[in-house]
Amino acid sequence: MEKRPRITMMLCGGTGCIAGGSLKVKEAFERELSQQGLADEINIVLTGCNGFCAEGPIGIVYPDDIFYEKLTPDDAKIIVQEHFIKGRPVERLMYKEPVKKHAIPVMNEIPFFKHQVLRALRNKGLIDPERIEDYIARDGYMAAAKALLEMTPEEIIREVKNSGLRGRGGAGFPTGLKWELCSKVKSDQKFILCNGDEGDPGAFMDRSIMEGDPHSVLEGMIIAGKAIGATKGYIYVRAEYPLAVKRLQIAIEQARERGLLGEDILGSGYSLDIEIYQGAGAFVCGEETALMRSIEGKRGMPRPRPPFPVYKGLWDKPSVLNNVETFANVPPIILHGADWFKSLGTEKSTGTKVFALTGAINNVGLIEVPMGIPLRTIIYDIGGGIKKGRKFKAVQLGGPSGGCIPEHLLDTPVTYEDIVRTGAIVGSGGMVVMDDLNCMVSVAKFFLEFTTDESCGKCTPCRIGTKVMLDILTDITEGRGKDGDIETLEDLANDIIAASLCGLGQTAPNPVLTTIKYFRDEYESHIYEKWCKAGVCRSLVTFYIDPSTCTGCGACARVCPQKAISGERKKPHSIDQSLCIKCRQCYETCKFNSVKTGPRDMFKKEENTEVLEEVKK
Amino acid sequence: MPKLTVEDLKKIKEQQRAAFSLREGKFRAKVTVHMGTCGLAAGARDVMDALLEEINNANVTDVMVTTSGCAGLCAKEPMATVEIQGEAPVKYVFLNKDKIRRIFKEHILGGKPVEEYALVVGSETAY
Repeated sequence: MEKRPRITMMLCGGTGCIAGGSLKVKEAFERELSQQGLADEINIVLTGCNGFCAEGPIGIVYPDDIFYEKLTPDDAKIIVQEHFIKGRPVERLMYKEPVKKHAIPVMNEIPFFKHQVLRALRNKGLIDPERIEDYIARDGYMAAAKALLEMTPEEIIREVKNSGLRGRGGAGFPTGLKWELCSKVKSDQKFILCNGDEGDPGAFMDRSIMEGDPHSVLEGMIIAGKAIGATKGYIYVRAEYPLAVKRLQIAIEQARERGLLGEDILGSGYSLDIEIYQGAGAFVCGEETALMRSIEGKRGMPRPRPPFPVYKGLWDKPSVLNNVETFANVPPIILHGADWFKSLGTEKSTGTKVFALTGAINNVGLIEVPMGIPLRTIIYDIGGGIKKGRKFKAVQLGGPSGGCIPEHLLDTPVTYEDIVRTGAIVGSGGMVVMDDLNCMVSVAKFFLEFTTDESCGKCTPCRIGTKVMLDILTDITEGRGKDGDIETLEDLANDIIAASLCGLGQTAPNPVLTTIKYFRDEYESHIYEKWCKAGVCRSLVTFYIDPSTCTGCGACARVCPQKAISGERKKPHSIDQSLCIKCRQCYETCKFNSVKTGPRDMFKKEENTEVLEEVKK
Repeated sequence: MPKLTVEDLKKIKEQQRAAFSLREGKFRAKVTVHMGTCGLAAGARDVMDALLEEINNANVTDVMVTTSGCAGLCAKEPMATVEIQGEAPVKYVFLNKDKIRRIFKEHILGGKPVEEYALVVGSETAY
């Protein structure tokens, strides 16, 4: 019999932490443990993404629940000798809260984890994703057993419908309803498909699930497959996710070997096999009809709907496509029931949602929260607030299809309905936080550049329309904006939304529309004052130092690559405009807000001579 | 490999329970073996080995074993503290392999402290 470990350390093996060196950390620990003769007493397990990526590589020691962050191979020795042998956790390597800088060792006391409820990520950091036994130990495949042996397809569908589960890919279509529509279609072949083509910039929810808990996706697909009568399953994953592909492949092989995939699963008479299809990374292939064309081996382009895929999908056979996170939510619903699932969230948005929290926020990472939680709680409690104590400006939800939500709407609860009301969408879960150093016109331009690039070109409104909008935005940010541009953008946006073939075009203008709605003054100052107040658009800004608040600390002069800033110590400094290249480093560096931005022509116009005189003094 | 049945799934789950109760934090009892320099020199390693062996053989999953440094009473090492949930901790002194085996059977499994090896009941006041 295998000897039981006294201590287990769960070391994060998500893509982020592997990039941070967690494989080397693991080797170092194993070397140290075998030197100390503790190899069979202390177990190091490589697990999926822990979610707190900003602090990686992360190691959590059980049973003590001690949370180590930013581990390096050199730390192995001290942790083994002090903590594992002598029981003295190494405080220096524990997580520290940004505000207080006190070591908080216990995991559930860390604010980042305290507000979270793990359902889709229920096995996050608790299992070794490459061992099916670990998944089974956490009730894995028990839901599939229940669905296959004890429930009829109608009963499965009723349970999922009652749970209120909606598509976690972003659109929020009721999952049970989709299954029901497909189950009623008669056909010799049906397909159950999983959408792992996560493409939003900065989003990595689905990748984490596929990497950290691949069997949960397979189990969800088996249950859905039985409900609709699917004969074959495909998981569509982008090839840029090599670790997800590898772990899914291992999971599929393990499930096949044990008869959890293939003929007559668990002796139930139901048969299903699942294959991985690797996509080449086109954003449009996340759209359902384009994804199916891509699996067929054709160019990934959408087609008009109807007919909807539940009637005519992959190879024109009835097909259900659900997102990775949606599938991961299914097994617990079958096991614990619809009422359990509905106990969290709001009436119309039930359960939890996974978000990838990125941008100008202290705790960058992966989180799962109950639906209905206010954005403010996510950003300030879980996210730990804005980096370097700067001011919050906007949060971008839903990636290139979403929108920017400003400060005064931060108490909006995160539900499908409430977020749509702001002009953004919940989306697949990308949440990019922006501080006051961001120019909202440039942000809109960034997302539009992305969609213009990724437009497949099949329909004109999307192909040409987004390009024209991008040209106008480029003009505005480079100082060629003119009266009427904002209105033209709005008109074009509405036309593109109305006339585009698929979701890509129908949502591409959202980032522009929401920034015009909430930050119209920034567009106006770009166009009429030729002034980018955040100092991002180089053609539209002049940097100067306010002599009344400058302390003469010299920090700006030290970072200036042009040596354009001069002044005596402890006396107000000034910027030589003829040398300034508008790199903005002084603006970001100044601790006293003394470096200010002004309009492009502030030193050229007569009415500004007063300021100039004052600055020259 | 033969195909799995529901019974097999349950069996696998049972086999993994020990490792997982460790990660999930479900414990009935906690044993702290004091393994400072003094404890180690006096034979704490043997005590630990014997304890882990007993736990393995008895196939219990709800006992957590941890270590700590010197308990302050170096003269009476090897020492261990046994805490059954909801009860005051008991400190044992002058342990050896046989003594810890008996403590495991009578106190940890049986719930009755082994008075002749025990030093004190309760913890020191901290802070």
